[in-house]
Amino acid sequence: MLAFAIRRFGQSLFVLVLMSFIVFVGVYAIGNPMELLVNPQADEAERIRATAALGLDKPFLEQYWVFLKGAASGDLGKSFVFNVPALSLILDKLPATIELAFVAMVMAILLGIPLGLVAGLNPDSFIGRGIMAGSILGFSLPTFWVGLVLIMVFSVQLGWLPSNGRGETVSIAGLSVSFLTADGLSHLAMPALNLALFKLSLLIRLTRAGTREAVLQDYVKFARAKGLTQSRVIGVHVLKNILIPIVTVIGLELGSVIAFAIVTESIFAWPGTGKLLIDSINQLDRPVIVAYLLVIVALFIVINFAVDVLYSMLDPRVRLGGASASR
Amino acid sequence: MPRILRLALAAFVILGLPVLAPAKEREVSIGLQAAITSMDPHYHNLTPNNSMMLHVFEPLIQRDANQKLVPGLATSWKAVDDLTWEFKLRKNVRFHDGSPFTAQDVVFTLKRVPNVPNSPSSFATFTKPIIDVKVIDPHTIVFKTATPHVLLPSDLASVLIISKVSGEKVATEDFNSGKAAIGTGPYKFAEYVPNQRVVLKANYGYWGGEEPWDKVTFKILTNPAARVAALLSGDVQLIETVPTADIAKLGKDPKYILSDKVSNRVIYVHVNQSTDKSPPFVTDKAGKPLEKNPFRDTRVRKALSIGINRDAIVNRVMEGKAVAASQLLPDFFYGTSKKLKPAKYDPEGAKKLLAEAGYPGGFSLTIHGPNNRYINDDKVAQAIAQFYSRIGIDAKVETMPSAVYFTRATKLEFGYMVLGWGTESGEQGSALRSLLATFDRDKGMGVTNRGRYSNPEFDKVLASALVTMDDKKREALIQQAAEIAMNDTGLIPIHYEVSTWATARSHRYAARTDQYTLATGLKPAN
Repeated sequence: MLAFAIRRFGQSLFVLVLMSFIVFVGVYAIGNPMELLVNPQADEAERIRATAALGLDKPFLEQYWVFLKGAASGDLGKSFVFNVPALSLILDKLPATIELAFVAMVMAILLGIPLGLVAGLNPDSFIGRGIMAGSILGFSLPTFWVGLVLIMVFSVQLGWLPSNGRGETVSIAGLSVSFLTADGLSHLAMPALNLALFKLSLLIRLTRAGTREAVLQDYVKFARAKGLTQSRVIGVHVLKNILIPIVTVIGLELGSVIAFAIVTESIFAWPGTGKLLIDSINQLDRPVIVAYLLVIVALFIVINFAVDVLYSMLDPRVRLGGASASR
Repeated sequence: MPRILRLALAAFVILGLPVLAPAKEREVSIGLQAAITSMDPHYHNLTPNNSMMLHVFEPLIQRDANQKLVPGLATSWKAVDDLTWEFKLRKNVRFHDGSPFTAQDVVFTLKRVPNVPNSPSSFATFTKPIIDVKVIDPHTIVFKTATPHVLLPSDLASVLIISKVSGEKVATEDFNSGKAAIGTGPYKFAEYVPNQRVVLKANYGYWGGEEPWDKVTFKILTNPAARVAALLSGDVQLIETVPTADIAKLGKDPKYILSDKVSNRVIYVHVNQSTDKSPPFVTDKAGKPLEKNPFRDTRVRKALSIGINRDAIVNRVMEGKAVAASQLLPDFFYGTSKKLKPAKYDPEGAKKLLAEAGYPGGFSLTIHGPNNRYINDDKVAQAIAQFYSRIGIDAKVETMPSAVYFTRATKLEFGYMVLGWGTESGEQGSALRSLLATFDRDKGMGVTNRGRYSNPEFDKVLASALVTMDDKKREALIQQAAEIAMNDTGLIPIHYEVSTWATARSHRYAARTDQYTLATGLKPAN
């Protein structure tokens, strides 16, 4: 286990460095941030001064080297635009994104599994077909369009929910969260639903497929033959057995829901990292772009590591040892 | 989760609890399109920042809604001689911390401006011409410049005064936290959350009288649809830069009021005259390079100008929210010539001119432009291409995000470039100098002249305008220079953007030419 963790850590570090280089090359190729930062009416002396102040006068490899040296001590550079450390700018916004992602995930789970179960148990009924048709919509409608429709219906027409921003927050152990206040919840509802929609459809389909398979298995027939109630058969025997693949998928999807909250955050002006990334790309704020992608890669690495470890605990057949022959 | 919360959550999900807090009296929210990058008035010379800072800080000279200079912290100013300016400062003005405003604060501010660390775009441009400052008495101050500098009052309108008492040894961070954000303006700093919001509270002791709002919240809503939705749902009472597609709908809805004004931003075309042979992306119709650069021929430039139907662009592409352009600023601004009129659409005339210049069959070019910088920028480029097919020019269109576009345009990688220019000084001389003067980086002439247009006669007139202290004489010279350059089609002006704001019926906004969104311009409707 320890050997696995150490080896994994080494690999992760390599991935991070490689990623930083690729991103650095990418943002370097896009254009000169000076064109967007310096006021066009400014003279040449001002342009030269600002370029030097932001370290953009150095050659590419030297800029990268400076970045790497800083990164080794935990400094990912200062935002060109906001003049604050890029990492702290991202970490300030990360709780909002993570909260949004978690609430979306919880929504997807609480709605997706029961709906999938219903559809799986009654595949030919009107309700079952309706749920499946709904899940197809959830898959295929573009997120930004659904977001706008939600705003038009719930904010503009009905006036129930605010159209943008994050509401009142409460601080818990240093983290500000908004799901504990009514105002916070009202701000959270629509973006979370918007973000949950795709995952919700995914979980409906997974659960339905699992359920349809499970109800035909011998252990379910046996449970029914024993005279157990329908709810106990489904709640205990069916659900328990189909949950294993679903849990795995949820773990994997959590990372992507954090990383891809960008569209939702932009539409609902949710002050998270996705909105920050979009704005930073538009302004070519290189340190923030690089730092953001590194944070996301690190997040994926951590989540995947946790999933691997959990998996080995759940299923004893999976070993985390170093021997590649066992794979 | 406590039971009560669970119940609340359930109730909320099921009933869709109407949780919108009723707007309190004298509170207002405003939706902005771009982030405020700092609360330091001397850190980043950027329109959204400059607009926001004007609430908390004030310059010696203010600009009114038409960008005319009006008294601010200075009550009057005059040029004593070509190199000396005397400013009289306003008395009985206090900073938000209670300390009085005096000439020492001006001296202190001028010292700080060029020395803000890490500034991505500094305000030193505006203070550099001043080589010496003399304080005559607490309310009289004299500035010396090395050369005659006619734009000094305009420059000083961009420099916001901070307090010496609370401003010693402060960093940009102290402004962002609010510790040092102490000015003389009508509003006080309350909260700044980068990329999210700025909250201001009224300054009840303001010398200019009380404002109608106790609290103003600016929300950063970069997505245009989100901005409109926020207005429709009542989350904000004022939004800036209404998307053209929503203007008609909002205009018809009695619940909202639109206010608009032609802006100081001209959309124009630079054609690349830097090379002898074909500039980039310009070829004959078979794709071969041309023998000489067609854009160096005035007749070709003129043909390209009269080959564009500006009225169609204004009415169709811009849905009426633009004004056909004849020069670099709309004609109520200082230094504009009333003699110049927008080029009349004349495809036959354009064909004739092209034939005269030796291109009877036309040629090929690629129109380059941004697609996220100006209002409908990519559609404008498309429209121009269509007009050109009628005068025998094969035009392709390639638009790209501004982050990529401006870098390449500055390197002269394009032949035909759609660009925009907002003249912050509000006088045409500075625009002519940046866009049309012969490119000379060291002298600061033509620094944004991406077409590399060069006309010695124009340069001469402009140069003398820039050192003429007499306002009337200077204006005549600037007008003359503009007429020379425009009659020679040094660049191709297309239209002036009209900026549009929308408010809820209960509010009124006084539209401005500088595209600033100011809470001081927002009043309750009677």
